[in-house]
Amino acid sequence: MNILAYLIPISLCLGGLGLAFFVYTVRTNQYDDPEGDAHRILSGDYDKSPRN
Amino acid sequence: MTAALRQSLSACPACTATPLADAVAAQTHVPEASITLSLPTIHCAACISKVETGLNRHPGVVSARVNLTLKRVQIEATPNTSEEALAAYVETLGYEAHELDADALSATATDKAGRELLMRLAVAGFASMNVMLLSVAVWSGATDATRDLFHWISAAISLPAIAFAGQPFFRNAWSALRVRRLNMDVPITLAILLALGTSLWETALSGHHAYFDAALTLTFFLLAGRYLDHRTRAVARSAAEELTALEVPRATRLKDGVEEQVTLAELSVGDLILVRPGGRMPVDGIIAEGISELDRSLLTGETLPVTAEPGQSVSAGEVNLTGPLTLRASAVGRDTSLHRMADLVAIAESGRSRYTSLAEQAAKLYAPGVHILSALAFVGWYVATFDMRTALNIAAAVLIITCPCALGLAVPAVTTAASGRLFRKGLLIKHETALERLAEVDTIIFDKTGTLTTGALEVLNAESLPKKEFSLAMGLAQGSSHPLAKAIVTAGQSAGIRPAELTGVEEVPGYGTRAHWNGQEVRLGRAHWTGGVPGDQTATFLKAGDGPVRRIEFKDQLRPDAKDSIGALHQAGYQIHLLSGDSTPAVQALAGQLGITQWDAEALPADKAHLVQSMAQKGQRVLMIGDGLNDTAALRAAHVSISPASALDAARVASDIVLLGSDLNPISVACTTARAATRRIRENFAIATLYNVIAVPLAIAGLATPLIAALAMSSSSITVSLNALRLKSR
Repeated sequence: MNILAYLIPISLCLGGLGLAFFVYTVRTNQYDDPEGDAHRILSGDYDKSPRN
Repeated sequence: MTAALRQSLSACPACTATPLADAVAAQTHVPEASITLSLPTIHCAACISKVETGLNRHPGVVSARVNLTLKRVQIEATPNTSEEALAAYVETLGYEAHELDADALSATATDKAGRELLMRLAVAGFASMNVMLLSVAVWSGATDATRDLFHWISAAISLPAIAFAGQPFFRNAWSALRVRRLNMDVPITLAILLALGTSLWETALSGHHAYFDAALTLTFFLLAGRYLDHRTRAVARSAAEELTALEVPRATRLKDGVEEQVTLAELSVGDLILVRPGGRMPVDGIIAEGISELDRSLLTGETLPVTAEPGQSVSAGEVNLTGPLTLRASAVGRDTSLHRMADLVAIAESGRSRYTSLAEQAAKLYAPGVHILSALAFVGWYVATFDMRTALNIAAAVLIITCPCALGLAVPAVTTAASGRLFRKGLLIKHETALERLAEVDTIIFDKTGTLTTGALEVLNAESLPKKEFSLAMGLAQGSSHPLAKAIVTAGQSAGIRPAELTGVEEVPGYGTRAHWNGQEVRLGRAHWTGGVPGDQTATFLKAGDGPVRRIEFKDQLRPDAKDSIGALHQAGYQIHLLSGDSTPAVQALAGQLGITQWDAEALPADKAHLVQSMAQKGQRVLMIGDGLNDTAALRAAHVSISPASALDAARVASDIVLLGSDLNPISVACTTARAATRRIRENFAIATLYNVIAVPLAIAGLATPLIAALAMSSSSITVSLNALRLKSR
């Protein structure tokens, strides 16, 4: 059962990473224009980040 | 949005979209003006890049970003760039563009509450997944030290997660308890806290059952319900705000003979204000110069334009029709009659505040019920066993199992589905209980002008006019933007008549148009100017040389499908009533045309509200549909109210639902959808109760395990959500 000592922290870290990433996407306004983002992927222009 | 944009710009100056924009920003170093334009026609990737690259090429633009979801473009411009210029520039790119008033949009600028909820939802989701993982290990047979370890880890995750994610419930529960009331959040908070408390105690004593996962999933599901609820209302709110923002509150002030554009807030009593034809009076005032006609329909419901001459007083909200007018302001801002009327309405008790929502009704029954049940279970077990620990565990289990997971989702899941469906049909549900109230309606009162009619006019006696004279009338009408003149041109075009070739067409504001034709003077206009006899119908007169004076009559143009919609509502069993401030013959004619038997004409705003109130006292549930300021009091007094998007701002604010398109068909769709939605909500309550009826005896008997609690909770929440989705597919 000693393997648990590694596995549990690892699983928590991975989950936490996902959460941190989600928090980052919310903070950088990535859910403000879902429809526009879906279309922007089709355009050839270089688009750095959603800013509004 | 504005603030966020500014922030990100200043935080990362290098992130500006194009090199050109960078260069401009670097050169100027002045604070930029933030401009928002509404672009109702954009729909694809090509539109986005065309608008953005086009705007970025404009010298006055620092950066531009399109939001396709909101159909807006956000522009950072140099301070001396005007909104009108940019809107006109976007029009040249081939897209319809309207200026939006930044102040009216500010409320939805940053959806802070939504973001906060989303963040809490994410934390609750993350924590509940991890704790569930550990719980599954415990349920499938982890024992002794391993089980204790898992419980301790679960506690370490749950406590901070719930402390963060559960705050909305704790806050609501506290504010309800402080005024000695119970709401849905009180049992929720108690269940979460009790579950955490007993689980912690159990863990410390290395007990078998811990409810950490239940407390977290409960928080997660309830937050999901709250978030759905919030999204639905945020979408409706931002669309409603956009309607308001489209009316940019600006006026042209004359100062020492020079015109300047100012905001309404800057106007003061005694200012000279210029109102061009087609413009709305920004203030109450007295006409100092100019002759024109005024459209008062939004204020009084009258369709007939009235003459405006120097010395006459005008009220804010009236529309100037023919000639430019110069006003001397006598009341501005909050003192205008428009605002005073709107304020009066705000004081009146509204239908919506009298209504207790289904969720509140359920909470009233439910909250005391579970508390008593759980307390009884505690007392019962304590008396039977004298074991505090067992008694507390069972009380907690009862609270958790009855906890309104499904109840919390029952209403928002349905309203989200229904509002989404109606939004696509062109209806904006502004108020949270609007659908429930709409479902109870049995009487519908329509306003006439602007609601059943479009506010535009059509020629009534086009056939009886000789073709030659009609073509003369058309030629004259082309020289004016008066609604009657426009109606004549439209009627002529649809009848295939060509306008006569006239020379020297001249509009005489307040009277009509005149021109020369074959050496004779021809006139189209008011009765006494052309030598006609005025009647009670809306009419204009044509005089061609020495020929007889021809009378051209008009009536309000019905909205497309008005007849079908009224028919459909009649058939659905609603009582229909027509209520207008317009003259009796006009209302009578329209009522006859639509087959409405109950009608009232020449009703003052107070009469309208009185009628609605007296109907309410007789027990009728009234749906009021109106657009003018004279309807606002009635809109507020009604059980539920709808106004078209073309309505005055005050009327839209007073109503629960806004009709976006130009036809009336969505109203009957809304009524059926509202009924279906209320049925779903009741079904959802029944489903939630059924789960409780099965699970509660188990909990009271002490047979409930965390596994049973988790199963009951998730399956009831999922059933309720799926039931709500049935509404969307139909």
